Amino acid sequence: MAYLTCRDLALGYDGRELISGIDFEVDPGDYLVVVGENGSGKSTLMKTILGLLPPVRGAIARGDGLLKNEIGYLPQQTTIQKDFPASVREIVLSGTQNRGGFRPFYSREDKKTADENIEKMGISHLAKRCYRELSGGQQQRVLLARALCATRKLLLLDEPVAGLDPMVTAEMYALIESLNRDDGVTIIMISHDIAAAIKYADHILHIGERVFFGTKAEYLASENYMRIAKAGDIE
Amino acid sequence: MNVASFFSGAYEKLAFYLGFPFVRYALIAGVLIALCSSLLGVTLVLKRFSFIGDGLSHVAFGAMAIAAVLKMTNNMPLILAVTILCAVLLLRTGQRAKIKGDAAVAMISVGALAIGYLLMNVFPTSGNVSGDVCTTLFGSTSILTLKLSDVIVCGVLSVVVVTVFVVFYNRIFSVTFDEDFARATGTRASLYNLLIAVTVAVVIVLAMNLVGSLLISALVIFPALSAMRVYKSFRAVTVCSAVVSVSCALVGILVSIFAGTPVGSTIVAVDIAVFGAFWLVGLLKKG
Ligand SMILES: Nc1ncnc2c1ncn2[C@@H]1O[C@H](COP(=O)(O)OP(=O)(O)OP(=O)(O)O)[C@@H](O)[C@H]1O
Ligand SMILES: [Mg+2]
Repeated sequence: MAYLTCRDLALGYDGRELISGIDFEVDPGDYLVVVGENGSGKSTLMKTILGLLPPVRGAIARGDGLLKNEIGYLPQQTTIQKDFPASVREIVLSGTQNRGGFRPFYSREDKKTADENIEKMGISHLAKRCYRELSGGQQQRVLLARALCATRKLLLLDEPVAGLDPMVTAEMYALIESLNRDDGVTIIMISHDIAAAIKYADHILHIGERVFFGTKAEYLASENYMRIAKAGDIE
Repeated sequence: MNVASFFSGAYEKLAFYLGFPFVRYALIAGVLIALCSSLLGVTLVLKRFSFIGDGLSHVAFGAMAIAAVLKMTNNMPLILAVTILCAVLLLRTGQRAKIKGDAAVAMISVGALAIGYLLMNVFPTSGNVSGDVCTTLFGSTSILTLKLSDVIVCGVLSVVVVTVFVVFYNRIFSVTFDEDFARATGTRASLYNLLIAVTVAVVIVLAMNLVGSLLISALVIFPALSAMRVYKSFRAVTVCSAVVSVSCALVGILVSIFAGTPVGSTIVAVDIAVFGAFWLVGLLKKG
């Protein structure tokens, strides 16, 4: 069985339907990229998968031993306030909170997990720094490390490279790719970067008037892709 | 007069004042309330609820007016219930609210004050309406007239608040920092928001009777903002704000005893001075 199975899912806010007919599944080890225009409902889909928003219709089934709180995520725009005093390590550590039952304080193992993920993201030298004083790319790495502390199974990334320069973007993609390939982390990534989607993903979900879900090869042959390609920005 | 004799004189005067129980009570209660409100203050300021102390004490005032009109003899349960309810409603909606924190607090605050004042005028019970209003602002009993029982209530309350804060410190951090992430990864965010709201309401209602809503608001806001000028991690800010708050309360109470100034406003004045100092330090650190 798959980690996630969505059947005839309809999304929206306050019972008002925004988009419907979403069918897809995510197996362990997959790298799924979700594409679609601005406002098409990609972030809404992500919030629904995370259980922050109820689906208008249909359901998302979890399987293969994936528990509800084993989905880590990287938000699109950080609603995190500009002046919040928090060190990198405090933030990454907070990701370990729900592993196991209620513990008021972090265990030695939690701290080890946090330090490992800080190192994996290459931000050890920033561990004591204040989050709000970091650059956008560094902040993304901190939040990715936090997500990795919450789970090693499934990560949802909402436009993880938005606003990053080309160098940092490439680094970020490489990091995510190695998480998927070397550590077996299943990735669902929202992106506007179709070229990168085609490069890294094995499955693509295109949200819009016509919803498409399939493997990368199927997507390249699909009408959804033809239309974008015709629009001119991809060869 | 040389310096040494000034200090020995001050010391004698201090020892003399500490001989009075009411001075000791004021110091203990003041320090405990300062500690509790500064711990909650960091979260409240970061959640954009700086003014909740003021708002909830107006709500408590409105509830007090209702209790008076209903001729209830023991108004505490009603006041607590109404205030807790409002705190929960305000904080529960949190990040997904249609009306944002500051506007919601302002609405409830102004509304409750107006309704309370209106009720007191339409059904006069005590004859001294403006006196009653003044009381909620500056405290019904001056902090210098506390009884032993007040101090005990204060002590029990502080133990509860500090315990709750320490045990749930890490959850409070993640719910305050990023509610969506906390919720998505299985933290019962609404439960913790409820916990924060109830604690805030209880502290405010009890402390309001002792020191008045003006001082409560100041104790919530100033230490947290001062600490945030200089420190950059949540833990450092929390610890610093508790230390600042307790020291300012101590200094403020002592100064007010020596100089005969009103206690609440003296503490606030000390808090303002410390904020100024921290602001300067913050500027120097950056520059
Ligand atoms: N809290 C909300 N309440 C009601 N409608 C909302 C809410 N948040 C978003 N919407 C609407 O839902 C639609 C989809 O929004 P969503 O954020 O999912 O788009 P998106 O595909 O992520 O776009 P982008 O590429 O710009 O991030 C938009 O039309 C938006 O106006
Ligand atoms: Mg989006």
